[in-house]
Amino acid sequence: MSAETLARPAARRRGGDLAVWLGPLGIAAAVIIALITLAALFAPLIATHDPDIGSVVQRYQGPSAEHLLGTDQSGRDLFSRLLYGARTSLFGAAVVVLLAGGGGAVLALVAAWFGRNVDAFLGRVLDLLFAFPNLLLAILAVAVFGTGLAQVTIALAISYVPYTARVLRSVALRERRLAYVQAAELQGLSGLVVSLRHILPNIVPQILTGAAINFGYAMIDLAALSFLGLGVQPPTADWGLMVSQGKDSLLQGYPQQSMLAGTCIVVAVAAFSVIGERLGGRKAGGRA
Amino acid sequence: MSTTAENVIEISGLCKQFTTGRGRKRRTVRALDDVSLTVADGSCLAVVGESGSGKSTLARVLVGLERADAGEVVLAGRPVAQRPRRAERRARARDVQMVFQDPSGSLNRRRTVEAAIGEVLAAHHRVTGSDARRRIDDLLDQVGLRPAHARALPGELSGGQQQRVAIARALAAEPRVLVLDEAVAALDVSVQAQVLNLLAEIRRARRLTYLFITHDLSVVRQVSDEVVVMRRGQVVERGSTDQVLDHPRHPYTVLLRDSAPRPGWRPRLSINSDISSDTAEAEA
Repeated sequence: MSAETLARPAARRRGGDLAVWLGPLGIAAAVIIALITLAALFAPLIATHDPDIGSVVQRYQGPSAEHLLGTDQSGRDLFSRLLYGARTSLFGAAVVVLLAGGGGAVLALVAAWFGRNVDAFLGRVLDLLFAFPNLLLAILAVAVFGTGLAQVTIALAISYVPYTARVLRSVALRERRLAYVQAAELQGLSGLVVSLRHILPNIVPQILTGAAINFGYAMIDLAALSFLGLGVQPPTADWGLMVSQGKDSLLQGYPQQSMLAGTCIVVAVAAFSVIGERLGGRKAGGRA
Repeated sequence: MSTTAENVIEISGLCKQFTTGRGRKRRTVRALDDVSLTVADGSCLAVVGESGSGKSTLARVLVGLERADAGEVVLAGRPVAQRPRRAERRARARDVQMVFQDPSGSLNRRRTVEAAIGEVLAAHHRVTGSDARRRIDDLLDQVGLRPAHARALPGELSGGQQQRVAIARALAAEPRVLVLDEAVAALDVSVQAQVLNLLAEIRRARRLTYLFITHDLSVVRQVSDEVVVMRRGQVVERGSTDQVLDHPRHPYTVLLRDSAPRPGWRPRLSINSDISSDTAEAEA
């Protein structure tokens, strides 16, 4: 028995191979996400103008030293509006992902722990929610509770729960059947303790992967709702709203606003989905 | 001091059915069919049988992971409740602990050895801090591991080491009975022998009672005093290890013994099909 030694004594993987794992595309995505986040956080410091105040005489200006990206139909500085727009876009998506991830994890743990009837019942309820397209549910919420970012965000979060819950349930169920969970159960620990202390930490990778992927979808859905005039209300800067407001200018030959805001959405969503894919890939590779 | 006549496990009339499938494909399997047996304090009873004979179900009912349809389990003189409360489950955990088959699955891969054993110590004996550290080192020493292993994650240990940790965790509750459900089946033969020796040592030192579930007759002689042969949820034979292995009375035991691979052994198809086919044929 003395022949048995530690396979790798205390050599735990740190973040050294992070760059290798991300790859060039992943690094680019991570940098983009970092830049957007910094822009959103420090928007008041970086912005050259007040995003909501313009002057009519300066409308539809091209890029210049004064206005880095030009101005919109009301003479507001586009660069500053894009910076502030990142705030609402990121914040809304973050709240959706947080609520949907949290709600999905709770439902998954409950279904996995109790199994049988509870699992079957929750499955039916989720099927029911699946029947409603995300945007339809959000529009329904607006019809009942009125327009605004908060209403739309909560409605979207609820409509995202079935997706996260379904994925996490299957992972939690697999953990539930492993002997370490039964060993903990044998000690007379309560279901809550076993679920939170033992099962939850082991499904965190899947929670994070889902969050990164959903973040992109949530940004698109929130932008779409703002575009429809249901989410963020003018004059607040928001990428989706900016695409919508730039529509008329576009027809008049001034496409900057719609194109810039649209590009921001596309680039941000792409970056988040690349990172989500990497997280999912690591998980799949790490398990055999 | 307990007498040898005292039974630490008394099982009577235990029944358990499983249903699989739905509608026309619905099947019921009798995993346990009126099983009664007793295990004397400080002895080791091996339960053998092919896959699906109900031996694992017996273990799971005994420790409380499955609920029996009928029958009674008396552990250390106390009847076990069908729907135990938390306190009763904790009390049972101090009577009986289990070591599972899959070494890697029976440890939480994100918790260190120290955390896994410490959790049991805290749950049952309210031992924490430096006391716990000492107890953990003690337990690791008993299962042949070094204090350095305490900070390791399960992924950094070999299969044999993982199973030693699982044994240490079970011992941390200071149970009277240890249920070993195919506990060495997933290990290499050489490691298997080491762990079996370790288990025998621990049993002597701690005066433990073992219920040793296995499909592998070759390990039975090494550990057990008595053997129970199970088939289709029923006990078909019981006796001392030597008697059952050398002079089996039941035809099924003979078949089981003769189908065990050993050096120079050639599978005889007729025997194999007999085992999985009907009783009548086998007993003819």
